[in-house]
Amino acid sequence: MNDNQAAIQAAMLGAELATSGMLHPELAAPSDESVVKEGRRLEHAEGTSRPIRPPSEPQPRGARIRGNRRVSQSEAANRFIAATQHEKMHDERLWDLRQKRDRVMHRIPEWEELRSLASAIKEHTLTHLDEYLDQFEANARSNGIHVHWARDGAEHNRIVHEILREHGATSLIKSKSMLTEECGFRTYMASVGIEVIETDLGERIQQLDNEDPSHVVVPAVHKLRTDVAQVFAKTLGTDPGNSNVHYLAEAQREATRPLILKADAGMTGANFVVAETGTFVVCTNEGNADLSANVPKLHIASIGIEKLIPSLEHLAVFVRLLSRSALGSPITQYTSHFRGPRVGGEMHVVLVDNGRSKRLGMEEFWTSLKCIRCGACMNTCPVYRRSGGLSYGATYSGPIGLIIDPTFNRHKYSALPFSSTLNGSCTNVCPVKINIHEQIAAWRKVMAENHELPLMKKSAMKAAGALLAHPTLYRAAIASADVALNVLPRFALYNRLNAWGKHREVPHAPRQTFHSWYRKNRGTP
Amino acid sequence: MHKEKAKRVGLFIPCYVDAFHPDVGIATLELLERFGVEVDYPFDQTCCGQPMTNSGCHAESAATEALFVKSFQDYDYVVAPSGSCVHHVRYNLDAIAQTDAVRKVQQSTFELVEFLHDILKVEAFPWAEFPHRVAYHSNCNALRGLGHASMSELRVEPFSKPLDLLRKVRGIEVVQLARPDECCGFGGTFSVFEEGVSSKMGHDKVRDQSQSGAEYVVSADSSCMMHQQGCAERAGVPLKYIHIAQVLNGASA
Repeated sequence: MNDNQAAIQAAMLGAELATSGMLHPELAAPSDESVVKEGRRLEHAEGTSRPIRPPSEPQPRGARIRGNRRVSQSEAANRFIAATQHEKMHDERLWDLRQKRDRVMHRIPEWEELRSLASAIKEHTLTHLDEYLDQFEANARSNGIHVHWARDGAEHNRIVHEILREHGATSLIKSKSMLTEECGFRTYMASVGIEVIETDLGERIQQLDNEDPSHVVVPAVHKLRTDVAQVFAKTLGTDPGNSNVHYLAEAQREATRPLILKADAGMTGANFVVAETGTFVVCTNEGNADLSANVPKLHIASIGIEKLIPSLEHLAVFVRLLSRSALGSPITQYTSHFRGPRVGGEMHVVLVDNGRSKRLGMEEFWTSLKCIRCGACMNTCPVYRRSGGLSYGATYSGPIGLIIDPTFNRHKYSALPFSSTLNGSCTNVCPVKINIHEQIAAWRKVMAENHELPLMKKSAMKAAGALLAHPTLYRAAIASADVALNVLPRFALYNRLNAWGKHREVPHAPRQTFHSWYRKNRGTP
Repeated sequence: MHKEKAKRVGLFIPCYVDAFHPDVGIATLELLERFGVEVDYPFDQTCCGQPMTNSGCHAESAATEALFVKSFQDYDYVVAPSGSCVHHVRYNLDAIAQTDAVRKVQQSTFELVEFLHDILKVEAFPWAEFPHRVAYHSNCNALRGLGHASMSELRVEPFSKPLDLLRKVRGIEVVQLARPDECCGFGGTFSVFEEGVSSKMGHDKVRDQSQSGAEYVVSADSSCMMHQQGCAERAGVPLKYIHIAQVLNGASA
């Protein structure tokens, strides 16, 4: 068959596929509801005569954690991809957030200028962090706020526990906080007999399912409605067959409101901490932080020391960027400023380091502290969208996780920086201009230098490096093989499992290399 | 075009182009020669070192990078039909001492589209006709690393160097992808070490290309297309993949 015939045949096949509405199973969306039968869409009656309850696919769980052993993100990612309904929903939901972000971004002519400003403000603050922390502490104290300092997660948990004990508090409502996830706060509180109730809906779902948040903004984004129905059926006694979102949300509200109303204490995090005023700002969409802060008389705010900004005028820059980057909405529904305890109440701020000072001293990685936890890098990351946040097996997932997690435990998270194609989209969406993909690459170097690469990868690279540095050996290696594929690219095929060919056809080996063509047709120089 | 001052161009044919896509190398060579460029192909070249560096193995990359610099330091320009490799040379050739020779090679190395668009400032490809519907694939290193085109994440004026060139080809029709800047999942060694995610991204990319109505996918990077073609063939999708050098050099199909 010559090329022409092949082209005609391919075109005919393409036309046939298009008119029949049939595509190869790999290309057909697995849960596409617009079923086409005999070339036409299903009639309405036929469509609704299908079972109302979709076949529910079990929720894929996150990375397998075994003590300090290296977490395999790709192993968990493969299981997530195998759960086709979950993967498709997850990819599309987060891609939708990315598109919404793009749309609102285009409405702000000074968008790129805002990013530069935000980056500069953060870099300035971080390089003068000691001064701004002192300034905040002094101003907060004069506002009547109790200020505590915690070196690490354990100290944070002890301080909070102590405050609660002084008040005889046994229940705590809290809004979502990545910092408390870092600190293992819920586990600690359970061990000392204090009931913690998450008030963010997504976080509450995760708490009830005894699972970590999979995303910094939308913590249960990896779950289907049917997964939530299962969780609520087990924990709140809802109908397991009813996955109507209004039904589920209402059931959760009914179950949780009484707990909120009688809680002894409330906890929030903070998105921004203003040194000049001694105040802090919490941004939410559900208003749950305001409930947590304002219903009980005791309010504790757990805050990472990198959240500082100098003054309120700087806040404006971040408020414009945060929700646009995160969800594609102009602003969060609630942007609450906490200025001090209300009459008869008490307010505590726990400023937590937990590795941040150490990170600030890392030449290549300190700018990761600029992060405002908007999650835009996760939403845009093609690997994250197809893996689910729990596949990273760490507090922070997605691109920002790849560069932060190894600062907590280099060995355990040594494989994470390889869960990236280094495509750079994360860096482009980052509202504070963290060079995320460059830091991912830099972490790879750190891992290699510290002998954290798997032996197979290391020896493959050694072999490739040796071959590619010696033209004669390299040419001989290619020439001696009938098919260049046997040798090259060695780095691409040096794998017992022949990973390339699992889901892809291997490249066609041409009759000759460019090198030999050139030698033959253009002569030796 | 600077025909008056004949500049010596060193042709860099990346290892996988050499081995799997020699036609891309030939098209690049012929295309440059059509514009009167004096092209030389240094025989001792192998690779730029990217595969090792990308895996964090800078030490293992050093000798290969040194060989690259040795092979190309005497040319006015180094041109390669690969955004990915040029990106490595220009920004990441750091496993070796940063000598003047290294800096010179970094500054004089251009990816083919850049070289045609920015250096030769080509206005026409009178020999080129490609009466097909094509989807353009932006390699991430070419797009976000070299600035081939405006990126969808940024608020900048839209432009595209490769599309500027393709629009000068008679009969060509460029169709839009739903996710034009989405990575295809090749990622160098990522394609084998993270095989599952890589393949999933590749199959998603192929579906997008297929649904765009394109007959051909055109790109300035053979590496991404090698991965995509592997996915398309496995899925039985009748898409064809062709390098931009071949289209601009007058390939008919």
